[in-house]
Amino acid sequence: MKIVANTELEGINSKALAKGRRKEGRLFFSLTLPSLITIMIVVFIPVFWLSSLSFFDRVGDLSWANYDRIFQSQLYIKTFIVTLKISFITLFFCILLGYPLCYWLSQLPDRIAGILMVFVLLPFWTSILVRTYAWLVILQRNGIINDTLISIGWIDEPLQLAHNLTGTVIGMVHILLPFFILPLFASMRSIDTNFIRAAISLGSTPRGAFWRIFFIMSLPGFFAGTVLVFVLALGTYVTPVLLGGGKIQMLAQRIDSTIMLYSNWGAASALGVVLLILAFATIWIFNRAFGIDKLFMR
Amino acid sequence: MSKINQNNQKSLPVSIKNLSKSYGDVHALEDVSLDIKAGEFITLLGPSGSGKTTLLMTIAGFVSPDQGSIYFGQQEMTMTPPHMRGLGMVFQNYALFPFMSVAENVGYPLRVRGMSKTDQKKKIDASLEKVQLVGYGERRIHQLSGGQMQRVALARAMVFEPKIILMDEPLSALDKKLREYMQIELKALHQKLEATIVYVTHDQREALTMSDRIAVINNGRLVQVDAPKALYDNPKDLFVADFIGESVLLQLENSTNGLMLRGQPLKMTNPMPNGVDPYCLVIRPELLVMSNSKDDTVNDLSGIVSASVYQGESVLVMVDLGNDTKISVRLPANKSHSSNNIPEVGKPIHLGLHAEDVIIVAGNVQ
Amino acid sequence: MAAIEMVGKRKNNNLWLGVVGVCVLFILSLPTLIVIPMSFSGASYLEFPPESWSFRWYESYFGSTAWMRATRTSLLVAFLTTIIATPLGSLAAYGLTFTSARVRNASQVLVVLPILVPVILIAIGVFHLYAKLGLNYTITGIVIAHTALAVPFVIITVLAGLKNYDFNQELAARSLGASRPRALLTITLPQVKFSIQTGALLAFMTSLDDVVIAMFVSGGKNATITRRMFNTLRDQVDPTIAAISTCLIFVSISALVTVYIFNRNQKNKDQL
Repeated sequence: MKIVANTELEGINSKALAKGRRKEGRLFFSLTLPSLITIMIVVFIPVFWLSSLSFFDRVGDLSWANYDRIFQSQLYIKTFIVTLKISFITLFFCILLGYPLCYWLSQLPDRIAGILMVFVLLPFWTSILVRTYAWLVILQRNGIINDTLISIGWIDEPLQLAHNLTGTVIGMVHILLPFFILPLFASMRSIDTNFIRAAISLGSTPRGAFWRIFFIMSLPGFFAGTVLVFVLALGTYVTPVLLGGGKIQMLAQRIDSTIMLYSNWGAASALGVVLLILAFATIWIFNRAFGIDKLFMR
Repeated sequence: MSKINQNNQKSLPVSIKNLSKSYGDVHALEDVSLDIKAGEFITLLGPSGSGKTTLLMTIAGFVSPDQGSIYFGQQEMTMTPPHMRGLGMVFQNYALFPFMSVAENVGYPLRVRGMSKTDQKKKIDASLEKVQLVGYGERRIHQLSGGQMQRVALARAMVFEPKIILMDEPLSALDKKLREYMQIELKALHQKLEATIVYVTHDQREALTMSDRIAVINNGRLVQVDAPKALYDNPKDLFVADFIGESVLLQLENSTNGLMLRGQPLKMTNPMPNGVDPYCLVIRPELLVMSNSKDDTVNDLSGIVSASVYQGESVLVMVDLGNDTKISVRLPANKSHSSNNIPEVGKPIHLGLHAEDVIIVAGNVQ
Repeated sequence: MAAIEMVGKRKNNNLWLGVVGVCVLFILSLPTLIVIPMSFSGASYLEFPPESWSFRWYESYFGSTAWMRATRTSLLVAFLTTIIATPLGSLAAYGLTFTSARVRNASQVLVVLPILVPVILIAIGVFHLYAKLGLNYTITGIVIAHTALAVPFVIITVLAGLKNYDFNQELAARSLGASRPRALLTITLPQVKFSIQTGALLAFMTSLDDVVIAMFVSGGKNATITRRMFNTLRDQVDPTIAAISTCLIFVSISALVTVYIFNRNQKNKDQL
């Protein structure tokens, strides 16, 4: 090994090499830049601006007036409650329907599961308006369900399934179920069944092995799906408008009407900020607890 | 070895000066300097994480060192991007392009260099012939066996006649028999090509088989660079002695009379080192002799057999030398038992080491 | 418990599970398909099953200038969004695989924003921004907004595809004399083609399917089909919607099938 006396503090070529590395780093970042700029312009800046409106009152001074207003108004509080209620109910049914489906799919051989996934993805590929419209047809007073039930004789009067909370929830569950299924399925897929066998061989009952091993290992996907469904439900606009019959006003609708009907930008903006906080709080909490961001990207 | 007319050269020397690379706290390479002769087959040998692959990647240009310089011949290459360095490279997992045929893979560097189709065909065929894959041009990659894929990777790296070829553990994915066969093939190929080959491996036997010289690397530092026999016979370092060949290391004691082996003065033909540094005896099992006699030129390594494992062409024997010293020695079949009896557990075994076969290195046995 | 009993019990459980699973799949996919027979109904109100069959709703759709203009707008916007968002997002995904962890994490937050921020807020905010720039009710405006919505999907899809890609091949190509861009184009691109196509498909569907942003930002001559549909659905129950929906389903499925078949053929070619 040669010993070289370094009279300079830095080694040979170190400056030039470092410069080259920086240049390469910048080059790669510039590939990403156009996308980031587009998102900044369309999403970040407008929403930031919109949110900032909430901090100014009608006269233009900085104040909490808007927030006072929305947290004291019966109307707005009811909106918060309705939004949270519907979001939780939707989430509940997504889990109820989605978890067994995912479990079943994950235990099937690859090819069959792949084909069946097409049926899960089918609604994904169809327009939300088409799907909502389909539910209108199915749920309305003289729709398929009512007609069938009446003709069998199970009921005498048509059930009120559309233009109310029931219809809204049914529609939302249908729309959001794929968002729950996809991450959960991916997570379950990657669980090696050898873990369950090992647990059983160590003395656990099959049910115990399921809850302790499988369920726990499927949690990352479970929580990713939960967060996605809940956040999307919080901010949903289309479905409650079409299936709620005017009786359901969720946050997104309230924001829209507050601006469009009452031109109350301050209040609408405050509502928007609350919605944002709810959404991001959900994400942040789950992320801290379970690190789901790893599921979406590396 | 270098010719006056540069253009006729089939190889270039590689000169590495003071190369260092750190990843945070990890020093992958520490002040590595190495002069590789034109046309030689040099192996970078070391355990996992020693920095050998990092060094190879730095020569290739895929890793940018923190400092140092690299020369191919007279030309400095330190700031040159990889695709302009004009070297051929074979990767551990071959990195063949799966959507191309064999011929398209091998022809890729020629296409990139804008060679005419007819010239391409000639060179591709010549390259495939060198690796004994004549007629495989139209095959798809997924139809090939591991050994065939490796040869295609080789053909692709050679087709544009690079003066330097780098290989990153190219044989590690092959099974033992195929690997040993390919080692000889590669050596023969080297004779034909006359290019400089820099080869990375963690398998010391592979290095001993193929190389003109071996550069042993550990913890990012170059430990010893020598021809295989010199490395084997004269390890300069405890690490090298332990890593190369299957040897047994025994701690020696210092005394006023020099180095002592199990209480007896060590008999060695080379001059005894002075000073108080700790030294180890490096025992190459094939140099051990079965001797009962108290010969003046033989160091006594007798003991009781505590375990004996038959392994076909050799026997693995655990010998208890007393004083809590146990050594594990692999004895070739003809040495370990006369009259076809495997050394019995509990019986004494008389091993000895000639003075002229004694190798010592500085250090403490872990 | 004897092994055989355990197996038997598990088989039963699996049966129930299968039944539940199939039911859920049914619920997921059937409703969408209801609109197809609906669109051929002769009645002028919603009824199922249809008493009479006719093409009148299709005639109503294809014969309406307003609907056709809206269709053209939507398809044009979706097409433009796709050809902009796909290269933008693909390159971004490629760049992200090579940036430092710090930069990558910060970028990922930004990339995920369009999906997680409630669309209504984006729509209102963009509407106001466009009002200042005069981009409301223009194709350009809608395309830019849809691009921002679509890019995250492209990035996520291509990133996932790149995760399974052996980058050693790019190194090999570069060691063989190809510059970075050349290696990217000749070696990497052909192999992540499927992810890029899927991303393009997602971009197309995201644009075609957008309701809320189109509500605010598209309009007049440049109203999208979704905007018209939404307003129509609010006001009356026009069975023309069934015909339009069927056409939309047809478009989505065709796009999917095209990509699938295209890739199958490619794979077969590679295997030859």
